[in-house]
Amino acid sequence: MNPVNYLYLAALLFTIGATGVLIRRNAIVVFMCIELMLNACNLALVAFSRMHGNLDGQIIAFFTMVVAAAEVVVGLAIIVSLFRSRHSASVDDASLMKL
Amino acid sequence: MENLIALLIAAPLLGAAVLLVGGRRLDAVGHWIGTVLAAVSFVLGLVLFADLLGKDAEDRTLTQHLFSWIPVEGFHADVAFQLDQLSMTFVLLITGVGSLIHLYSVGYMEHDERRRRFFGYLNLFLAAMLLLVLADNYLLLYVGWEGVGLASYLLIGFWQHKPSAATAAKKAFLVNRVGDMGLSIAIMLMFTTFGTFAFGPLLGTHEQAGLAGDATEGQLTAIGLMLLLAACGKSAQVPLQSWLGDAMEGPTPVSALIHAATMVTAGVYLIVRSGAIFDAAPDAQLVVTIVGAVTLLFGAIVGCAKDDIKKALAGSTMSQIGYMVLAAGLGPIGYAFAIMHLVTHGFFKAGLFLGAGSVMHGMNDEVDMRKYGGLRKYMPITFITFGLGYLAIIGFPGLSGFFSKDKIIEAAFAKGGTEGWILGGCALLGAAITAYYMTRVMLMTFFGEERWRNQPTRSPEAPSAEPAAEHHGEAASDHVATATGEPHPHESPKVMTIPMIVLAIGSVFAGGFFSIGERFVHWLEPVTGYEHGHPPVSALTVTLSTVAVMVIGVGIAYAQYGRRPVPVVVPRGSLLTRAARRDLLQDDFNHVVLVRGGEHLTRSLVYVDHTLVDGVVNGTAASVGGLSGRMRKLQNGFARSYAVSMFGGAAVLIAATLLMRAV
Repeated sequence: MNPVNYLYLAALLFTIGATGVLIRRNAIVVFMCIELMLNACNLALVAFSRMHGNLDGQIIAFFTMVVAAAEVVVGLAIIVSLFRSRHSASVDDASLMKL
Repeated sequence: MENLIALLIAAPLLGAAVLLVGGRRLDAVGHWIGTVLAAVSFVLGLVLFADLLGKDAEDRTLTQHLFSWIPVEGFHADVAFQLDQLSMTFVLLITGVGSLIHLYSVGYMEHDERRRRFFGYLNLFLAAMLLLVLADNYLLLYVGWEGVGLASYLLIGFWQHKPSAATAAKKAFLVNRVGDMGLSIAIMLMFTTFGTFAFGPLLGTHEQAGLAGDATEGQLTAIGLMLLLAACGKSAQVPLQSWLGDAMEGPTPVSALIHAATMVTAGVYLIVRSGAIFDAAPDAQLVVTIVGAVTLLFGAIVGCAKDDIKKALAGSTMSQIGYMVLAAGLGPIGYAFAIMHLVTHGFFKAGLFLGAGSVMHGMNDEVDMRKYGGLRKYMPITFITFGLGYLAIIGFPGLSGFFSKDKIIEAAFAKGGTEGWILGGCALLGAAITAYYMTRVMLMTFFGEERWRNQPTRSPEAPSAEPAAEHHGEAASDHVATATGEPHPHESPKVMTIPMIVLAIGSVFAGGFFSIGERFVHWLEPVTGYEHGHPPVSALTVTLSTVAVMVIGVGIAYAQYGRRPVPVVVPRGSLLTRAARRDLLQDDFNHVVLVRGGEHLTRSLVYVDHTLVDGVVNGTAASVGGLSGRMRKLQNGFARSYAVSMFGGAAVLIAATLLMRAV
């Protein structure tokens, strides 16, 4: 199969993720959308690796996964503590950082 | 011997420091410390004078280099002193007359609780003046010049609880400041033109000509005019004369000191000292003579109309200094006579002021001469000493003023041409007016009816010649507060009369002593140079006409004030009289031209500031503020909106990259 199709899929997934980040309020869903974007990037990287015939893209994909795993740990911890203090998982409720 | 020069200044300076720092515990002896240190300075001056007399006329210059003040490359200012015949004359006058005034003040200020401070200021005045005349460069002279300004400010405003005194002090200081600008500009011009401002290289010595001859006439004229401006400020010459009359608000010994020994003589010193510059700049010299001639008439006319005895004498000082400036502007034919008149004037004017102070002392501090009269019986010593000073100032043959003033009038005629006739005519006219107003002062004070009888002095309802004098009366000084009812004129204590007697002796004999064999001229000749002037008419004619106009002046005054009773209520007077009572409208002129002009200038500047400058600044601030107000809406705290800007930014970056690649 033409590897370019994977790129289309990656772009589609990224767009879905980005749209989710922008329009959803639930922190968990936003978080999942971020994961979706990261994985779309991973898919694109692996596809590039395949297209260029070297392993650079796959190596970076691994890095991304490691970082994503770490980010999940921190991000979920933040969401949990937010929920505990505010009894809400809406990102718009945490809007104190403004003038 | 040279090392004594610094001590000359150090003695009064030490006195000022001790008295001003020492505080109240010196109150009991402070006045004697001040007097003794002034006298020490005078004795040192005499020692140095004896030393100079022992040398040849050409070698009579002592110099002392104390330390390098500003040793920068290309700019050297030293604290160094130069004592030559000119400085020596001033030193003896300043310390001699100064010491006598100190002694007099011991009595005059006896009831003033701030007497110690007064003597501290007097000593500071002497020190500053000595520094001024002993400096060997213009920059150090400037230090003394400013010191004199400061000390005069402190002394004129000594009775600072009187608003009029505080205002007079400020006025003197401000007007002097205008002159000081002239001196500082002159020093800067000297430095840029010649690269130095030391007397030696600049003005030359008798061995070697100075740099002053190398400059163009334009440069020298500029320097000369700036020096003249400085001299006008300190010496109260037109147009910077307005402070002198108000300076009478100070205690009378201060007036004597300012008018006789220090301060107003500084300007004459500056012009004579800078003779080498003026000699090479005839235009500047002409302006100097004009200023002198105008001032000598101006002061004399003002002196005629004043009923305040001190203000009449102040007008007379202005006029006599005008004579000196006129003589100094005549060049080598006049320098020596300017200084000679300065010295004789120092004697008789100090004597007259101390006499006026003595009269006031006995009359409950009354200054209005219309409330004097017939005082000769009650104050014989004051009458005689004042009378001798009076005869000296009007130029009665044989007394000091006769010799010195006559020489100046001769020199003015000797300038030659139309100028000579005009200047000489002004000087002669001035001599007549001098005789008139001094006779008027004399008659109103010591002769005639006793107008102070049944006349409580200083009563508020008594009409007063000038609002200023009335003002002066209301603001009661310490010993005025108790003064009500009829005054009881009495002679002053010995500590006050002795200085007056000494000064009277000086007023009688100094002129004759200086003139025998042209002693004074030969003494000063190595410094100032001397040319014998040849008036277009014979010297005898000039002398006779001087005496004749003097007699006319005295006669008119006698007809007006001696044969008729003097009205206690001030008559309305002619237009000129009323103008002269208001100092020939000098303050009105200053008010209209300078104060109003200044107000308009500041108002328009304020307008420009408010509209233009503030408009630009406020406009910038407002637009930045408005923009920020819009921008802050972006910071709404919603994570999603930040994410939008991130995505937007990324999209723009990518688009830009693609666009660049496509191009």
